[in-house]
Amino acid sequence: MNNSLKLESHHLNTLFNSLKRDNYTLIAPIISNGSIIYEQVNSAEELPRGWTDEQEAATYRLKKQNDNAYFSYNVSPYSWKKFLFPPHIRLFTVESKGKSFKINSSDAPIPAYAFIGVRPCELNAIKIQDKVFNNGQYTDTVYKTRREKVFIVAVNCTQAGGTCFCVSMNTGPKAKGGFDIALTEVINEDGHFFIADPGSEKGTKLMEDIPCSTARQSEIETAERLVQTTAQNMGRSLDTNDIKKLLFASLDSPYWNDVASRCLTCANCTLVCPTCFCSTVEDITDISGEHAERWRRWDSCFTMDFARVFGGNFRPSSKGRYRQWLTHKLASWIDQFGTSGCVGCGRCITWCPVGIDITEEVKRLKNEY
Amino acid sequence: MANKKPKVAVFKFASCDGCQLSLLDAEDELLAVADAVDIAYFPEASRKMLKGPYDIGVVEGSITTPHDVGLIREIRRMSRTLIIIGACATAGGIQALRNWKDIKEFTNIVYATPEYISTLDRSMPIASFVHVDFELRGCPINKYQLLEVINAFLNQRKPNISAYSVCVECKLKGNICIAVANGIPCLGPVTHAGCGAICPSYKRGCYGCFGPMESPNTSALSKHLFEMGQTGYDIMLAFRSFNAYALEFRKESDAYEK
Repeated sequence: MNNSLKLESHHLNTLFNSLKRDNYTLIAPIISNGSIIYEQVNSAEELPRGWTDEQEAATYRLKKQNDNAYFSYNVSPYSWKKFLFPPHIRLFTVESKGKSFKINSSDAPIPAYAFIGVRPCELNAIKIQDKVFNNGQYTDTVYKTRREKVFIVAVNCTQAGGTCFCVSMNTGPKAKGGFDIALTEVINEDGHFFIADPGSEKGTKLMEDIPCSTARQSEIETAERLVQTTAQNMGRSLDTNDIKKLLFASLDSPYWNDVASRCLTCANCTLVCPTCFCSTVEDITDISGEHAERWRRWDSCFTMDFARVFGGNFRPSSKGRYRQWLTHKLASWIDQFGTSGCVGCGRCITWCPVGIDITEEVKRLKNEY
Repeated sequence: MANKKPKVAVFKFASCDGCQLSLLDAEDELLAVADAVDIAYFPEASRKMLKGPYDIGVVEGSITTPHDVGLIREIRRMSRTLIIIGACATAGGIQALRNWKDIKEFTNIVYATPEYISTLDRSMPIASFVHVDFELRGCPINKYQLLEVINAFLNQRKPNISAYSVCVECKLKGNICIAVANGIPCLGPVTHAGCGAICPSYKRGCYGCFGPMESPNTSALSKHLFEMGQTGYDIMLAFRSFNAYALEFRKESDAYEK
């Protein structure tokens, strides 16, 4: 059955307005400091229309294009993770009361976010973090309280980035669920429009208020073709055949020394990764010691403190830390969460200051196997 | 801390005073600190000069003369906890640039009677002479980090001072990486956090003021900077600044000297 709708580009802002009316805080791509990032917006006119990004290992550049497309670019350096799993958050405060103390948990209001422009790889990253933070057995309240309010407008990719490899990870370039509405942007001789597919009751209901028509089969096929072309133009690929076996059998591979000679252990890859979920807690006090606070912040398996326990650090070498990251991401993650930890977004390649490329690293590891 | 207030002494060796002044710069928190500790010796701030021993000795500056060597040993003996602050104390400071030159030549040019000058041939970090309990990096240090160390000492907890890269600070702040997005050479990936990523936040590459991070891969970064178009001389200069004599930076600048 065909539920696809056609939304004319000049009505895109109606979608924004409807979400605002429903009291969502809108988050969408905007240009800031030479890159496209996800930030709070008020209208569709704030989107980086006519801009694209060029991504390669250790390189990111914005470029003006001769179209008026709203979504002609790929993923931003920071994923949606920063909204659901904030980089730095106060968990509670403690007040000293004579010989006792009182704990006050945070009662700051949790915003209801509408994420507009979530790419299929990013949808999959959110699904993965759902399994980590909100899996029934273990619930992270910070994540859950934010996640359950989110409205997701996904955008299918009509161009592939230089560091993209979602096809290899089976996470894109077309969204297969996990969204409220999915858009595919089309610009051709017939005009500039979106094919809009509602993916939830919330999404269907919202679309009822927005001026759009039932999409014609030819329009749907045009949109399909764009996504298929994207799939054929992936900047990178990663061979996932027997990947678990490869990683688990490579514990003592000489390859790890090679990557360690190039890795800066700066932690950038883990912090830009949309699925990396590690954090640490820090307690602070005022000078009198009467008032204390517990904060949580992003951590990374590339820092020394990460594996420091009583008696020492069980992962002191950069070799050990890179091996841990790659093995967890691509192999033991599967045992742990039933899915790879990698969605093929390419952020770790683009934002590594020396351009270490996970797809190339897997090839190198295979060569040593 | 209901019992006696801890006695704090602040000492200075070869340095610009900027680090110890950052304590006085902590305007909002200064009264609380002054309330919680007994400032027994701090010539920059007070005429009161109480004799040791001290609970905390705070030391700024590098060791550059035979007299300094004797004095730092005496300070160590008098200080239950010795905290050293700033790039001079932790790495020899900017004045350690003389460690690559002949000090006799300098004294001959600068002083009318150089034979009166008694100096070491190198500017050395404090830890080369005495055991140090805590090092606070930076040129200058970050005053909030100094307050954190004093605060942690008073509350008998671990100070929240991280030794990871400046990149982590950029990412926690939401900065866009200027090396990747703008092609600006940046020492952030090999530099110790603590400044709050000031320079990258203003689109300047990190200068490495906080010295080498916990596991610096300087040669991999240099190789990349070289590929980005920096000359060997640029790379040598980048590593030879405020923390020139810190081991990993020293080795890297030496490797690019030619």
